[in-house]
Amino acid sequence: MIRLAGIAKTFPGVRALGGVELSLFPGSVTALVGENGAGKSTLVKILTGIYQPDEGHIELDGRPVRFATTMDAARAGVTAIHQETVLFDELSVAENIFLGHQPRTRFGFIDWKRMNAEARALLERIGARLEPDMRLRDLGIANRHLVAIARALSIDARVVIMDEPTAALSHKEIGELYELVERLKAEGKAILFISHKFDEIFRIADRYTVFRDGEMVGAGLLAETTQSELVRLMVGRDVGQVFPKVPAAIGEPVLTVAGYCHPTEFEDIGFELRRGEILGFYGLIGAGRSEVMQALFGVTRPSRGAVRIDGQVAVIRTPAEAVARGIVYVPEDRGRQGAIIGMPIVSNVTLPSLYRTSRHGFIRMAEEFALARDYTARLDLRAAALDQDVGTLSGGNQQKVVIAKWLATRPKVIILDEPTKGIDIGSKAAVHAFMSELAGQGLSVIMVSSEIPEIMGMADRVVVMREGRMAGTFARDGLTPEILVRAAAGIGEEA
Amino acid sequence: MSSQEMQARFIKDRLQGRGERLLRSWEALLLAVAVIIFAINVWSSPYFLDPWNLSDATFNFTEKGLIAFALALVIISGEIDLSVAAILALSSTLMGLAMSHGAGTPELVAIGLLTGLACGAVNGFLVSGLGLPSIVVTIGTMSLFRGIAFIILGDKAFTGYPSDFAWFGQGYVFWVISFELVLFVLTAVVFAVLLHATSFGRTVYAIGNNPMAARFSGVRVERVKFILFLLTGLMSGLAAVCLTSRLGSTRPSIATGWELEAVTMVVLGGINILGGSGRIGGVVLAALIMGMVTFGFGLLNVPGIVMSIFVGLLLILVIAVPKLVTRIRQVRRKG
Amino acid sequence: MKALLKHRETQLVAVILAMVGLIALRFPSFVAPASLGNVFNDTSILIILALGQMTVILTKCVDLSTAATLALSGMVAAMLNNLYPDLPVLLLVVVAILTGVLAGAINGLLVWRLDIPPIVVTLGTMTIYRGIIFLISDGKWINAHEMTDAFKAVPRADFLGIPVLSWMALSVTAIMAVLLRRLATGRAFYAVGGNPHAAVYTGIDVGYTRFLSFVLSGALSGLAGYLWIARYAVAYVDIALGFELDVVAACVIGGISIAGGIGTVFGAVLGSLFLGTIKNALPVINISPFWQLAISGSVIILAVAFNARAERRKGRVILKKAEVVA
Repeated sequence: MIRLAGIAKTFPGVRALGGVELSLFPGSVTALVGENGAGKSTLVKILTGIYQPDEGHIELDGRPVRFATTMDAARAGVTAIHQETVLFDELSVAENIFLGHQPRTRFGFIDWKRMNAEARALLERIGARLEPDMRLRDLGIANRHLVAIARALSIDARVVIMDEPTAALSHKEIGELYELVERLKAEGKAILFISHKFDEIFRIADRYTVFRDGEMVGAGLLAETTQSELVRLMVGRDVGQVFPKVPAAIGEPVLTVAGYCHPTEFEDIGFELRRGEILGFYGLIGAGRSEVMQALFGVTRPSRGAVRIDGQVAVIRTPAEAVARGIVYVPEDRGRQGAIIGMPIVSNVTLPSLYRTSRHGFIRMAEEFALARDYTARLDLRAAALDQDVGTLSGGNQQKVVIAKWLATRPKVIILDEPTKGIDIGSKAAVHAFMSELAGQGLSVIMVSSEIPEIMGMADRVVVMREGRMAGTFARDGLTPEILVRAAAGIGEEA
Repeated sequence: MSSQEMQARFIKDRLQGRGERLLRSWEALLLAVAVIIFAINVWSSPYFLDPWNLSDATFNFTEKGLIAFALALVIISGEIDLSVAAILALSSTLMGLAMSHGAGTPELVAIGLLTGLACGAVNGFLVSGLGLPSIVVTIGTMSLFRGIAFIILGDKAFTGYPSDFAWFGQGYVFWVISFELVLFVLTAVVFAVLLHATSFGRTVYAIGNNPMAARFSGVRVERVKFILFLLTGLMSGLAAVCLTSRLGSTRPSIATGWELEAVTMVVLGGINILGGSGRIGGVVLAALIMGMVTFGFGLLNVPGIVMSIFVGLLLILVIAVPKLVTRIRQVRRKG
Repeated sequence: MKALLKHRETQLVAVILAMVGLIALRFPSFVAPASLGNVFNDTSILIILALGQMTVILTKCVDLSTAATLALSGMVAAMLNNLYPDLPVLLLVVVAILTGVLAGAINGLLVWRLDIPPIVVTLGTMTIYRGIIFLISDGKWINAHEMTDAFKAVPRADFLGIPVLSWMALSVTAIMAVLLRRLATGRAFYAVGGNPHAAVYTGIDVGYTRFLSFVLSGALSGLAGYLWIARYAVAYVDIALGFELDVVAACVIGGISIAGGIGTVFGAVLGSLFLGTIKNALPVINISPFWQLAISGSVIILAVAFNARAERRKGRVILKKAEVVA
């Protein structure tokens, strides 16, 4: 029904897609798999008219089409349910579903009565117990996702793109979603299903396409392949080699957290982090892991709970206080919270250590460059010059700058939130190797990750979170992906 | 850029040499414009080159420049202060009030500066303490501060400042070099050092480029912003001392519209209105340019309101032209 | 009931009623129907401007040139009336509105096409538009005797016992209410300001929507320009100088969030009435009009602080018990 031929897209510093092919068929679910940063989201954005491909074209029913705007894509019947549910907090559920294509009266006015009625029908159809007139800002992440799905259904779409639709859903909600996919399939829609979960892919998809580093590396019928074959295509090498975890000597507790609570984000969090340890935090997207970390880093205020550093009670109210106490945080949202785009590499690296490179408040340029050179070299940063804007670097190299910035402060605890999300495989390996090295030197690491291989490969112990609470703590020995997935999704042993 | 990234392991300190950077800078362009305007002025009016005339011309930008330097830092940090002219008016009014109760010159100066600081503290508290958007807050305090001046003065005026007070706005340090000009130069140096050579200045840039990432890097964002508003208040108070001294009188409508001229000066100086970039040197040049244009128009008897059209146009063109140029370049590259 | 009490509009109504009540305790004549009608009539132009400003603020922009646009459109209408007294008044009203549309379109284009921050654009055009008045009028005043009676009569004319000026404010309010609630463009204003990034995904052209809001604001300023000049029967460069601040203040007081995406027509009208009541009450309770500027300023600050408290983000809702589900 829809075919993408030779699509290529380059961003400053990165080739996101290079000549990929993809075909979707009516009444069929095609799974798109690939690691983070393989080019999946770029493809989705091209399909929905947000980006224009540099090369190649899109064919719909055999005729070439151009999606110059999102409106063009929507009119052609292509709709996407996005990873980050981008919706409007201040508008009602019904408006969020129908914005841009509201039902009209004969005179062109918006027909609110019909809009609310149709919204109610759509919500019932997907089993969401929501009122059309509720405001979106009052909803949690799972319910927001249901609104996004209802929105996709409200457009009489022929092609439905689902970008990790089950990532934030509970077990029961996932079951309902599968039924929904089956129904859409029966209605003859072409579905592109992006997912990291192989069991899910094999359960509901018919075909697969694998991306690696912006290239299409394989496609075919799922019935004719196996899970390990897909993994091999995706990673391009044996999984075992990817994680250079070196056993480190684990020492005394450095950070102890007990009874940690926040009014809306998390509850009753307690764990201990030891010297030289890598503690993994696993959970579904929106399980509250980043929120716990940001509270520890002083970004948000917890309502209750005790934090001890080296056995002493620590009250951390601002990131500056956290840094002063030796806790640093590499955020997941690199562009907004990590790198300061618009400033040179050197200023980024030295920003939290300015007291080390200045005398009486006056910056010493030579010392500043020396410090930046030292730490960026350790991380094997690739750049032309230290006064280059970080914004011109690739995601992986930006991440190295952010990590270098923190190491320059000589921290005790480094919190890495999805440290390898959206970066290329080379940088990923460098980050992993370095993490191991740091732990070996006695630094304590907290690693929040949604990638099971990364968690299993790197962490000494794993804390699993679900819906803002702890769902369990597991030692490295005897840990299996199944244990993690069950704990994260809240599936009992008997199920 | 990716080819650059893939290059050898060794990373240079700087992409371009110092000379090349200077040549390609906004300041170089401003300097050229300043020279051209100077030449036009010389050509169009025989009185322009007279040293005393030139000295008079500096008063067109010295007081506004004092405000613009501090405002530049506020704008680099991603905020704005539209209340600067109102602070000036309130400072001047309170100085007048103190004068009418018999205050001497030292007290007057102290009152002017302290009023500025206090107003800056109010803005700073509202913006960084309460986290309110600076654009609305300073529109509010702009009415409030000038409103207080109106309450105190109504439609009257304070005159009869002590004669030694006149020195700040009318005194000369050496030959044609006025006290205000010396103050302007000194302030420019202080602000240039503060912004470009201290860790405080560095955090100002960080906040302007990405306040959230700056906070996540341990920068005390709110404290820095508070200090910046305080500084702007202080400089407005200082400008109030100079202007009041120069005019020798205070009306509540004093310095009306100066906030617009100060913002224009800052933006013309190459400071990004959205924050994050720009240098003090540019603001100095922009002050010179605006001062010379005002003075040149004055010599040609062009009315003040036409001058303000020019300022308004300048404000928009300064931002629009570079954008248009990059856009045309992009189109050409594609075609 | 509780939800109703939490509403911004309900609180504002209560505050305005309390204020009127307090004044009435000492000056009962203030609450006579004629006097209250007068307050509304005096506030009509502010209401019209605030409704235009509101659409701009909804899209996360601000229009500081409204008062200058008002003065320019009014001057254009007045000069045409002066030069060609035979032209029908309706035509002059249309000309005033079109002048406003043009001024708004220039603002909008600079914001849309060149991506210049709206505050810079409108700070600039604010002085440019005033300067243009000087250029076309040569700095001269157009006084009452230089305008035709028909030109001046419209705002004061009586229809069903209410002046046309008040009718104008009422009809603009009604039209804006329908536009913002029942037209797709109206909802697009909210979407663009609430989440510009997401608006793109729903097929809304963010820049164009902002352009439209500036045009709308310009058109209403143009209408207000005619009404102002005709009502006060004088036109000169500094007409309504600084009035843009009252307009922004009315919006902020009315609960329209400067961050975009939040606000109602009713709120803008109430915000205007709040300021209008204060303005009319000051002479009644014997406070010098010089107080008005400071009062407006304080009210703006209080209102923006109040709005910020109401809007403060609660953060992500993760815990099930913290989620509001009916």
